[in-house]
Amino acid sequence: MSGDLLLETCESILDLVGDRAEAEVTVSSGRSALTRFANSYIHQNVAETGQWARLKVVVDGRTATAATSRLSTGLGDLVDRALEAAVLRPVDPEWPGLAPPTPTRASIAGAWDEDTAVALPGTRAEIVEGFVEQGGRQTTAAGFCQTGGHEVAFANSAGQRLYGRSTRAVVEGIHRIATADGGARQVAGRVAELDGAATGLAAAGKALRSADAVDVEPGEWEVILEPSCVSDVLKFLVGHGFNAKHHAEGQSFVRVGDAQLDPQVTIVDDATDPRSLSIPFDAEGTPCRRLELVRQGVCQTLAYDRRTARTANTESTGHGVPGGEAAGPVPHHLFLEPGPAAPEELIGSVERGLLVTDFWYTRILDPKTTVVTGLTRNGTFLIENGKIAGAVRNLRFTQSYVDALAPGNVLGIGNDARLAGESHYHVPTLHLGRWHFSGGAKG
Amino acid sequence: MFEYAQAAVEGALAAGATYADARFGVNANESLSARNGVLEGLRLGESAGVGVRALIGSSWGFFSVTEPSEASARQAGHDAAQIAKASALVPGPPLELAAVPAIEAEWTSGWQEHPHEVSLAERADLLVAVTAATSSVPGVTVAESHLSAWDTQKWFVSSQGHRISQHLVECGTSMEATAVGESETQRRSYGGIGGIWGTQGYEIVRAADLAGNAQRVGEEAIALLAAPQCPAGTTDVILGAEQLALQVHESVGHAIELDRILGWEAAFAGTSFLDLSQLGSFRYGSDLMNITADATLPGALGTFGYDDEGTPAQRVDIVRDGIWVGVLSGRDSAAVTGLPPGGMVRAEGWGRLPMVRMTNVGLLPGTSSLEEMIAATEDGIYMETNRSWSIDDKRLNFQFGCELGYEIKHGRRGRLLRNPTYTGITPQFWGSMDMVGGPDEWIFWGTPNCGKGQPMQYGHTGHPAVPARFRNVRVGVSGRADS
Repeated sequence: MSGDLLLETCESILDLVGDRAEAEVTVSSGRSALTRFANSYIHQNVAETGQWARLKVVVDGRTATAATSRLSTGLGDLVDRALEAAVLRPVDPEWPGLAPPTPTRASIAGAWDEDTAVALPGTRAEIVEGFVEQGGRQTTAAGFCQTGGHEVAFANSAGQRLYGRSTRAVVEGIHRIATADGGARQVAGRVAELDGAATGLAAAGKALRSADAVDVEPGEWEVILEPSCVSDVLKFLVGHGFNAKHHAEGQSFVRVGDAQLDPQVTIVDDATDPRSLSIPFDAEGTPCRRLELVRQGVCQTLAYDRRTARTANTESTGHGVPGGEAAGPVPHHLFLEPGPAAPEELIGSVERGLLVTDFWYTRILDPKTTVVTGLTRNGTFLIENGKIAGAVRNLRFTQSYVDALAPGNVLGIGNDARLAGESHYHVPTLHLGRWHFSGGAKG
Repeated sequence: MFEYAQAAVEGALAAGATYADARFGVNANESLSARNGVLEGLRLGESAGVGVRALIGSSWGFFSVTEPSEASARQAGHDAAQIAKASALVPGPPLELAAVPAIEAEWTSGWQEHPHEVSLAERADLLVAVTAATSSVPGVTVAESHLSAWDTQKWFVSSQGHRISQHLVECGTSMEATAVGESETQRRSYGGIGGIWGTQGYEIVRAADLAGNAQRVGEEAIALLAAPQCPAGTTDVILGAEQLALQVHESVGHAIELDRILGWEAAFAGTSFLDLSQLGSFRYGSDLMNITADATLPGALGTFGYDDEGTPAQRVDIVRDGIWVGVLSGRDSAAVTGLPPGGMVRAEGWGRLPMVRMTNVGLLPGTSSLEEMIAATEDGIYMETNRSWSIDDKRLNFQFGCELGYEIKHGRRGRLLRNPTYTGITPQFWGSMDMVGGPDEWIFWGTPNCGKGQPMQYGHTGHPAVPARFRNVRVGVSGRADS
């Protein structure tokens, strides 16, 4: 669907609601394709086209939400169901009202690449071929190449009208040997930027260097965390800590204005930065803007949606999400400011420590202290006297992510920031003084 | 409704597929949530579309479209085949399918009270009332309750002659209290893995007795804030049935998925520590360990009539007297290994590629009881209700946290403990199980959010379980250096 057609659908839904309620409508459409490979061949190749309409109605302060994929035949039902549901609810005393209109449409520049949106399976297969070939006969490869784009239009009865679109291409995988895996990932806004061979080479190198991995004792270790791990740290630290709803409930570590993190740490959320590959407005129709969450270790502000902003007597920062009444506002276009050092320099400064290239299955034990447990995966290496001394088997960690970035524990930040991890945050390598490994591969 | 699926299959065959199947689906879901006595969320969703799967060479091609016409469904089939063809650039061995009879059938899950026909007002009132009761407990910061229901209709057609329609209704609810202390939070919830869920109607909600447990949940959350920390060390552990359900899910259910064992999910979900050459001989646990995957259990969340390949639901032995004897499989993975197809391939909806999924993978009851286990334990910890879970990519090294623990001293339940955690290695842990609860304590727990696959799919799986005791388990792991 084109942007105009999406906005027309929004208008049609608002027309159906008429003066029976205030309303906000989000209509999205997209195409996503994913080529999966395992045992060094493509085994699953999927694609889908999708379209959704989500309607929130507000009848005298009573709200309800309904959604449908049936844009051709289901819009009348969508409106009726939402209106019927809304009258059942009590008046919401915290209803913050609809987002007011902004002077201009949110920018869509730089986020769209048509070749990526409609990439053919042959294109993805070529990228996969490049990845797989790097292991030669010594490894087997598994992973995926994904391409696609989605468009979103937003309209509300207060007059707000927004449209945005974004494309994304990812190649990610592992090379496997009998006793270890090595992994790598590349994320880009244009499929033409993906380099399957380079990504595969990085993954294969980690696997082949891990052939003779040994056990090391768990305990407190100095660590170098590659960007994939750092992305995970930010996911829990920011997702729980800077959510204004969690903060109001006392479940956040953040004390605004306090130097709770190391002075080298500056964290920004910015959906308007083209590198974030994001739609630059939130689910409530508030345009996003650059938000400095942490400056030189000092927590600057929380992230707000309209509901939490009203309670705190401030303005939304554009972090509303679908279902935000329960989830609260979520910053998820994160950037950790890079430092001056090349990753090799960071490794070179470690007398004895571990290089961790990826985390696995991380889960939070307590949101207030952000204690997280998980394992290392896809390449963990011992550093001795500034050099990689060999591979080690995976370890389990149980670590407070706040403590990990506490003043004095950040020994260096790399200059290699890139989109990394499952959350695709823009982060560099980190050098930390202490990290608590609570167990080895054998328990 | 079969016509859309039929057209999609014909489109795929015309484009060169050696096999194709398709599902036309109509889904409707409703969810409500309340917080501190206020109805917070009320969301209604529906979708309709067709997904078609085409096999060419070593690869599946899959394509899905919303609101299909016969023409667009046929085009979807064509596109699925074209996608599969493109895989030939990086080929593997040709994929075969295990033979199954072509079935024409209709199946309905059965329910006493369709949840969507219970008024929204009644459902909302329930959640508002229980969260008001929980939040009235002094010190409770947040009281939340949720209720969800799914109505799924699907029409399946294969190029081998299947024509199956199914109608499933699933429903469930949850309730939890959060208390915030000076330095940490404590949560107490009611139900199993995130609630009480089943392939049932609203009767499962009525039977759950949220109101009767609202006060207790709040009081326990408060009590946990003041409770001593679970000590670190090695001791005997008794797990409540709902934590056993999660233990089975993570350390057995995923490990026995044949696609994982074959490496098909290696990059994202991981593989398995299990080696097929040891099927029938590998000791998974103690003699008391008996696990089945049974998709026929009435009312359990992993119950259905036919899987999304048209294979009838069935019961399969997984672990018998401690020995690993079975896997979760589909037609393709079964053909690769020479094992019989288990009828365990399902998709989140019409828009996703079906894959191997847990059905009702559960621990069969033994002859003991929770009270007998406590009485027989000189020194140990009882743990209940999962709070966190983490396990490695081979399903071997795990660490689970529970909401609540009690120390056990001299056969009696002692002090309440906060932040209980335990960690272990799968076969050693199951090998240490020496007491298993009896049939009276067998409950069909379920989880509606099991993530697997790419794009990510959330599956509904069931886990019948009883309490059990495990010997010499490492407990009390925390973020501190002394644990």
